[in-house]
Amino acid sequence: MAEVLVLVDHVDGAVRKTTNELLTLARRLGEPSAVFIGDGYDAAADTLGRFGAQKVYKIAGADVEGYLVAPKAEVLAQLVERTQPAAVLIGSSAEGKEIAARLAIKTNSGLITDAVDVQPGEGGPQTTQSVFAGGFTVQAYVSKGTPIITVKPNSASPEEAPASPAVEDVDVTISDAAKSARIVETKPREKTGRPDLNEAAIVVSGGRGTSGDFSPVEAFADALGAAVGASRAAVDAGWYPHSNQVGQTGKQVSPQLYVAAGISGAIQHRAGMQTSKTIVAINKDSEAPIFELVDFGVVGDLFQVLPQATEKIIQTKG
Amino acid sequence: MKIVVCVKYVPDAQGERTFNASDNTTDRTGVDGLLSELDEYAVEEALKIVEASEGEVVVLTMGPEDAEQAIRKSLQMGAHSGVHILDDALHGSDAPATSLVLAKAIEKINADGQADLVITGMASTDGTMSVVPAMLAERLGLPQVTMASEVKLEDGSVTIRRDGDVSTETITAPVPALVSVTDQINEPRYPSFKGIMAAKKKPVQTWSLADLGVDAGEVGLDAAWTKVDSFAQRPPRQQGEIVTDEGDGGQKLVEFLVSRKFV
Ligand SMILES: Cc1cc2nc3c(=O)[nH]c(=O)nc-3n(C[C@H](O)[C@H](O)[C@H](O)COP(=O)(O)OP(=O)(O)OC[C@H]3O[C@@H](n4cnc5c(N)ncnc54)[C@H](O)[C@@H]3O)c2cc1C
Repeated sequence: MAEVLVLVDHVDGAVRKTTNELLTLARRLGEPSAVFIGDGYDAAADTLGRFGAQKVYKIAGADVEGYLVAPKAEVLAQLVERTQPAAVLIGSSAEGKEIAARLAIKTNSGLITDAVDVQPGEGGPQTTQSVFAGGFTVQAYVSKGTPIITVKPNSASPEEAPASPAVEDVDVTISDAAKSARIVETKPREKTGRPDLNEAAIVVSGGRGTSGDFSPVEAFADALGAAVGASRAAVDAGWYPHSNQVGQTGKQVSPQLYVAAGISGAIQHRAGMQTSKTIVAINKDSEAPIFELVDFGVVGDLFQVLPQATEKIIQTKG
Repeated sequence: MKIVVCVKYVPDAQGERTFNASDNTTDRTGVDGLLSELDEYAVEEALKIVEASEGEVVVLTMGPEDAEQAIRKSLQMGAHSGVHILDDALHGSDAPATSLVLAKAIEKINADGQADLVITGMASTDGTMSVVPAMLAERLGLPQVTMASEVKLEDGSVTIRRDGDVSTETITAPVPALVSVTDQINEPRYPSFKGIMAAKKKPVQTWSLADLGVDAGEVGLDAAWTKVDSFAQRPPRQQGEIVTDEGDGGQKLVEFLVSRKFV
């Protein structure tokens, strides 16, 4: 069976859940080979094996860290040439898509971004994408070169398939040109203790209706163990960080449950949450477009509804 | 200072966007088009940079006849000239082909003076792939500094701030470079009456594939490196239960969450 290259998304060896999803999808297409770039492999080894990596290509950090995406694309291009994989799977983050973009040009290969499903097909992997703010689904495939596919978080539930991967240290040469854009400073974001927006099973978002007071939204989210999101109106007003924005120009999330509080439901916001499994909204205005999408809606003031609900959840959980 | 800004003419997101059943491409006939809102940020940033020193902003677009409106709007905002790549063979081009054509056009623009910066938006509002900037950088061999929420130019280098998921990064590259900007970077201006009048006299060149030396066989739907098998309209979500809060809205909400096992 052909190899399927999976680019590991990690922070110092802490593997993101999306990588486990990619390894799970890769097993449908062939034998997963994890490509681990950077430092901290020891922390990652166990997870990669558990989710079925048959091989690991390990590329040490010095020449790739501290630069933007170009060196990573060069690493992958060299591996694609060597291994002739059935596909390359990369997480659909901003960085993942840029790496995929450069890899596609380097290897003369077709690229599909933001897949929500990948299945084996006759002529190669078949993908499903959700387009036009979630209004359409599109089935597509790559017709040239090596299929390069970026996959959205939460597109598959990670399934374990323990393997003991053969680990190979790969020496790659990175061009000087690829190292021309340098990261000169990194300020880590403050940790909130809440789950990651991309990966969370439940997301609770607040909009302009919070009038800048996110405390009822946060308390409700914490009672549910949820991540907190925000509409662009709330972000533009400076009430919540941009990294928490949900929508076309923020995160596109697809949790089990999405709760929108004080959010009207503009098309650009929908683009980031419409594929959530269950949708709930709290809004003062019974005509708000968000109610067209909901499984359950409360017409009311979020400052009344959320605190009551939070208290009730805490009681119920006892 | 010379800056090339790549812009796209897109169907309005407020309209009913759909596909052509005949060839699975985006339907551009039924919906009004406009300059992609995310490209307004790129035009604005370019204008701010040349206004702070001196120089010219050239807007570049590839698209059908109507796409000239995207150039017009940019010229009204204050850009100096436009280049429109127009060719029937381009219909259905994918991102690799688009980046090829834009790269060739930028090389031709560079022939009478190398651009210091190529600036793009963070994504188009229709395709939303967000890959053309990186592809362009790859093709042009330019350093790539993308998703900028702040851009600073000094002494032959460009420095940006990028607000990532886990951190905020400062990234530096020598110019010439390719920069993409987010919708956090500035507040795009509205064209003034003076700007609208002035735009009428600004030069717009129209180039064909032949002018760029690109073979028509390398672009368009047939040459695309990916193929769409089919598309389907997602069934509209069925509206569920809506209750009006009469002092028990929170409790009812929790009852729903319990019934779905979220609590
Ligand atoms: C190119 C582009 C990209 C964009 N990208 C995004 C994006 O990524 N994400 C995004 O969210 N938006 C995005 N937008 C903006 C989008 O169009 C809307 O402006 C935005 O989503 C509105 O945010 P909102 O729903 O919080 O505010 P509003 O539309 O003002 O809605 C506020 C809602 O709160 C309700 N409300 C007020 N008070 C209360 C209360 N006490 N209790 C309960 N309800 C209350 C009101 O009834 C109203 O429905 C984008 C726009 C453009 C042009």
